[in-house]
Amino acid sequence: MLLIACPWCGERDETEYHYGGQAHVAHPADPHALSDAEWGAYLFVRDNPKGEFAERWMHAAGCRRWFNVVRHTVTHDISAVYPAGQPRPVPPSDEHSEVTA
Amino acid sequence: MSNRPGNRLAAGGRVDRSAPLRFTFDGVEYTGLRGDTLASALLANGVLAVGPSLYRERPRGIVTAGVDDPHALVQLERPCSDPMQLATTVELSDGLAATGLQGRGRLDDAPDETRYDKTYLHTDVLVVGAGPAGLAAALAAGRSGARVVLVDDQPEPGGALLSGRERIDGRPALAWVAEARAELEAQPETRLLTRATAIGHHDQNYVLVAERRPDRPGGGGRLWHFRARQVVLATGAHERPLVFAGNDRPGVMSAAAVRSYLNRYAVLTGRRAVVFTTGDSAYATALELAAAGAEVPALVDTRPEPPAALVKAARAAGIEVLAGAAVVGTEGGARLTGVRISALTAEEQLTGPVREVACDLLAVSGGWSPAVHLWSMARGTVRYDATLAAFVPDRAAQEVRACGSGRGRHDLAGCLTEGFTAGAEAATAAGFPFAAPIAPPCEGDTPPAPPRPVWLVPGEEGDPSTWRDHFVDAQRDATVADVHRAVRAGMRSVEHIKRYTTIGTAHDQGKSCGVAAIGVIARLLGARSPGEVGTTTFRGPYVPVSFALLAGRERGPLFDPVRTTAVHPWHVRRGAVFENVGQWHRPRYYPRPGEDMDAAVLRECRAAREAVAVMDASTLGKIDVIGPDAAVFLDRLYTNGFAKLPVGSARYGVMCRADGMVFDDGVTVRLAPDHYYLTTTTGNAAAVLDWMEEWLQTEWPELRVRCTSVTEQWSTAAVVGPRSREVVAALAPGLDVSNDAFPFMTVRDAVLANGVPARICRISFSGELAYEINVSSWYGLAVWEAVLAYGAHAGITPYGTETMHVLRAEKGYPIVGQDTDGTVTPQDLGMTWVVARHKDFVGKRSFARADTSRADRRHLVGLLPVDGGELLPEGAQLVAPGADLTAVPVDSLGHVTSSYRSAALDRTFALALVRGGRDRIGETVLAPLPDGRTVAATVTEPVLFDPKGGRRDG
Ligand SMILES: [Zn+2]
Repeated sequence: MLLIACPWCGERDETEYHYGGQAHVAHPADPHALSDAEWGAYLFVRDNPKGEFAERWMHAAGCRRWFNVVRHTVTHDISAVYPAGQPRPVPPSDEHSEVTA
Repeated sequence: MSNRPGNRLAAGGRVDRSAPLRFTFDGVEYTGLRGDTLASALLANGVLAVGPSLYRERPRGIVTAGVDDPHALVQLERPCSDPMQLATTVELSDGLAATGLQGRGRLDDAPDETRYDKTYLHTDVLVVGAGPAGLAAALAAGRSGARVVLVDDQPEPGGALLSGRERIDGRPALAWVAEARAELEAQPETRLLTRATAIGHHDQNYVLVAERRPDRPGGGGRLWHFRARQVVLATGAHERPLVFAGNDRPGVMSAAAVRSYLNRYAVLTGRRAVVFTTGDSAYATALELAAAGAEVPALVDTRPEPPAALVKAARAAGIEVLAGAAVVGTEGGARLTGVRISALTAEEQLTGPVREVACDLLAVSGGWSPAVHLWSMARGTVRYDATLAAFVPDRAAQEVRACGSGRGRHDLAGCLTEGFTAGAEAATAAGFPFAAPIAPPCEGDTPPAPPRPVWLVPGEEGDPSTWRDHFVDAQRDATVADVHRAVRAGMRSVEHIKRYTTIGTAHDQGKSCGVAAIGVIARLLGARSPGEVGTTTFRGPYVPVSFALLAGRERGPLFDPVRTTAVHPWHVRRGAVFENVGQWHRPRYYPRPGEDMDAAVLRECRAAREAVAVMDASTLGKIDVIGPDAAVFLDRLYTNGFAKLPVGSARYGVMCRADGMVFDDGVTVRLAPDHYYLTTTTGNAAAVLDWMEEWLQTEWPELRVRCTSVTEQWSTAAVVGPRSREVVAALAPGLDVSNDAFPFMTVRDAVLANGVPARICRISFSGELAYEINVSSWYGLAVWEAVLAYGAHAGITPYGTETMHVLRAEKGYPIVGQDTDGTVTPQDLGMTWVVARHKDFVGKRSFARADTSRADRRHLVGLLPVDGGELLPEGAQLVAPGADLTAVPVDSLGHVTSSYRSAALDRTFALALVRGGRDRIGETVLAPLPDGRTVAATVTEPVLFDPKGGRRDG
């Protein structure tokens, strides 16, 4: 079970959280300006990296805040936790990252 | 020799000779001692055989003294019924009763009344294993001031020292152990758990530990959930068996176990013992057996030149050392009577004459496998060490350190040094800097010379394809011949061979045989070493645990929270039949004496349509949406508009996900310009609140809106039927209930005749004139009883969810989650009217996708079975007349989503999702049923009762 540090409450067990999928997938400002393919990509297409992945979590059994986590999908190492709305932190070096998207 | 009966020595061991315990095994009564395991007590009584083998029914005996025994499965009958326990790990207690098993146990039919608990604990340093390395690690970490937990599966700490005769600092090692224990128990932040087995090591050092508490009332164990900053694994090592002909015969035991029974339990497991080893450790077994009075005619060492000092010591004890040799066969029936010994060439072939030696015990040491199970579960890698002939921990994947024999260190001084170092490093890494203490001097158990592993001792005849008595996994009766067949079938991966032969899949999960099996596979594949083959994946739990322990107290009523409304006691008194809706217990119907569900529901439906009826609607999800931007917010989430809803009015709304599929529906009331009161489907309340909060936090943080669940704060009585107005008029005497003053879809505050303030809404989920009376839940029961009292003269009838479903279905109102399934749009439900054209909302863009605009999507329609007495099963598939029912797949038109008997229609009816359904109205569809019949039904509009809606105003 993961140990996730909520930015507001600190370290808590994974069972206190809801998972929210890939982070930084903003709802398009004007969906009607998008082609069907672009809208479909927003709805259904997500990255699936072997490596570091920025994803959303919500502290459902705690403060109920959404926030972002950078987690390695192989090792489950969590390298960053940051509030919703903030950009993904730049890693000190990208040698461990296999993220291409 | 002892003059006591059986094999118990007169002195020594960790058993209490003043505490004899009576027990029975296979129906025979014996006596053992406190401190015994069932296995040591049996061996003390001369009982070696346990149950026969699973498939071949070969006699099998006790092999080891711990969790790795492949044979000693027993069924416990007293003190509690417990299947598949190991005689080698069951602590003896007075009155214990057990029987030997043939590979599988029996679950008791009686409920397990034992109470199991769970405990959660954070710690800085968790040390697994209280042998010399683990004790040293805990001492070092504890002295640093860090919070330390030390767990060990035995009743007392000491590990292998309990079974040996080593000395530390000039004293018996167990004196050092006692001192270490006393120091740990005096440390305020250190906790020692005995009888506690670490069964799983998961992400971020989440470690599960199963603790046995036989001395507690009821004997229930505890499952500890540890979260540790640092973990030290001092898990020790398992002695490996050797693979040779007849190696499963009772009397063939682990050399270390023989030593353990001798020193820890004061039991001599044989009178005439041959020792067969690939390394140094079994010499101690041979020497101590001889010292205890057993004959040791031969020590067979695979190494051509064993260490001279050991050979000298053996010869001085009268033991003949046969170097460069192997045991190639065993004699005897259900008990060993002798072994056959042959010299081995450098290529591990047999050479020279075979010598027979009579014996009743063969103590085997095939080398040592560090217990890397937890290390591997924590995703640490292992590597094959050719010198040690073992897989040892390599790279850690978490904050984990291995030490002692668990990482291949097999001398006592080295284990202490590694333990002190690992403990100090772990404490330092956890923020408690500490320098490793210096290990005290040790005697005995010096660094061993390299072993000579022999993975497969050839048979005297035949070839591997015929070696059916060379057992690789004795518990599975899997032999060299089975591995050979797997390799001949083309398998190369150890994972494939494991599954083909079932090696390592039995109760012991390959603890003792796993690496030996890899060695055999390597030999048959022609690999240079087991390292080229690699291990299978280690999975938890490390030892079997019962589901009852994992469940703890989360059983029966405590399995999941049960939610009841304020009116629940009344429902119970009234004899309601309940159903679960999410976590809620809701009345389904209220049968009168002699009524079944159909009769009760028809009666309740008639009351609602013809007079007045009342339902406890308190379980509806309720959310207060408050803030200056509440109207903007709801307009973005609902398909229809709420900004222009007048204060005091109510509106039905539908929410979709971004893909355009219906997510929830319900009625929302505007109580103030900045205050909406929103209701959701009973089972969907939490999900709707989550959904609203997600959009507010992640997409529209600029909106000034707060959402609060008030489901539990409001109690709701739905008063329904043509005579509901007169009941509400009497109940709320100050309220003008005329249709003009209080029209449909409006809300009024009122004070009830009993003084309770209420919020009354004219909302209908039945098509009838209806009022929802909302009061604080504190008054819920009192107001419910008042409604019943004021309605008594009109024959007010309580109704449950089943009647609610029939009434709403007669009106074609869908239930989200029953008539929809995540693939249904509002348009599919025939609700184009609820989809606003002149504003944007979540999901709107999806209605322009090609798939959502198809004309042949499945539409919600009504179905009238041609035979009005025929009730279609919900979920029934629908096909067109003439459809080929033998086609694969059958061309399905859709399925029945709701189906009921209607009092108002005097017949059965159903709702269904049907492909292009609105274009099939009037057509016939067929429902082929599992019983072979095919039921015909006519497609209709979904609204079957009062389609003009004339009844809602009374
Ligand atoms: Zn939180």
